[in-house]
Amino acid sequence: MDTNKNLYTVIYSTILVVIVAVVLALASYLLKDKQERNIEIETKQMVLKSVHLGTEAATAADKAKYIEDLYSKYIKDTTIQEGDLTLQLYICTLDTKDRIYILPVHGTGLWGPIWGYVAMKSDFNTIFGTTFDHKGETPGLGAEISTPAFCKQFEGKQIFENGNFVSILVVKGGADPTAVNQVDAISGGTITSKAVEAMLKNNLTEYLNFFKANLKEPAPVVPAAADSTMTVPADTTKAAIKTPIK
Amino acid sequence: MNKKIFTEPLFKGNPITVLVLGICSALAVTTKLEPAIVMAISVTIVTGFSSFIISLIRNTIPNRIRIIVQLVVVAMLVILVDQILKAYSYEVSKQLSVFVGLIITNCIIMGRIEAFALGNKPFPSLIDGLANGFGYGIILVVVAFVREFFGSGTLLGIQIIPLNWYLKNGGFYENNGLMILPPMALILIGLIIWVQRSISKDLIEK
Repeated sequence: MDTNKNLYTVIYSTILVVIVAVVLALASYLLKDKQERNIEIETKQMVLKSVHLGTEAATAADKAKYIEDLYSKYIKDTTIQEGDLTLQLYICTLDTKDRIYILPVHGTGLWGPIWGYVAMKSDFNTIFGTTFDHKGETPGLGAEISTPAFCKQFEGKQIFENGNFVSILVVKGGADPTAVNQVDAISGGTITSKAVEAMLKNNLTEYLNFFKANLKEPAPVVPAAADSTMTVPADTTKAAIKTPIK
Repeated sequence: MNKKIFTEPLFKGNPITVLVLGICSALAVTTKLEPAIVMAISVTIVTGFSSFIISLIRNTIPNRIRIIVQLVVVAMLVILVDQILKAYSYEVSKQLSVFVGLIITNCIIMGRIEAFALGNKPFPSLIDGLANGFGYGIILVVVAFVREFFGSGTLLGIQIIPLNWYLKNGGFYENNGLMILPPMALILIGLIIWVQRSISKDLIEK
């Protein structure tokens, strides 16, 4: 058979592509549930990490179960309505009965999306903990934002100064150790560091009304008690867990 | 015959140290032993099966779209590996990130298809592909072993160097930060090539 004819080439490539497409579609269909579950566990682990829970995940016999158990024990996920925006919110009740509010944040790094979770104490000012992750920042430079050393800096920092919202500044060349709202940037990772700063500012701004509304309550803080623009659905089971990348 | 096809790429015809192919991923994924091993297995599977499949259909491939057909087959296998890693080894797939997708550009794969699979029967092609994957894997594991041991003091994530040896715990030891940077992988591969050529002098170009 002459394999150099045009017709043969066209038919050959068509059949080949169809076979490959069927194989790939089948693989995607069969593996999808498992992949989505991995992403869900990963998201839950990040939420837990922002409140310093789930630290033994790496050594747990059944990691998925370990994370799920902790998550259902401590975390309640809900949404708040802010005009047209539906904002995700995770409420964590610690063993000490302290409530911690975990806000998801997402932004754009140097090469791709970055995201994270910011855990706020119930004064809606002091940061309890943070976790950050990224899609593809430069290893050793921008990628350092996901390291514990970087995340730990945010603990105890405050996002308000004299009642004004300033967010957290990621300062190149070293933060002022006395400042309550500054952390060190990463050497060689300036653009990613600035992206973290912008991400925090943009995302936290969206929650400002929620912070104010809830602070009015003398004893914080059941979200349902907020004013009419701030309704929190009582049925939190419906609130879906979003994947961090939009 | 098959035995020679298998042993040749492990030493005398090693894809990394002799043919100097697949260097890019060898530099990138060797900071830790675990991703290096997973990468080695993934590449071995892809080289083996792509050579096998191409060899099976080698007489039917229209010559004018030969490279495209090879690419489609390799790409299919790479996507399958990527999907399976995401489902069953999520942590590692996150560490390898783009490098799994980039297996397709690993010169070893296309090189073996063009040089061997197109002119040989399926079974020897499968052996040739797997052997080249192993040859690549051996170097990856050796480099990753050195880099993880001296760069992080661990092997497969398990602490090997006693923690109380470290300066920060009052000891005398400090991890070598250079080891975890890409240039060190290049230097290590250079050293391996040097040692190999000292052992078998016939590899030295005149």
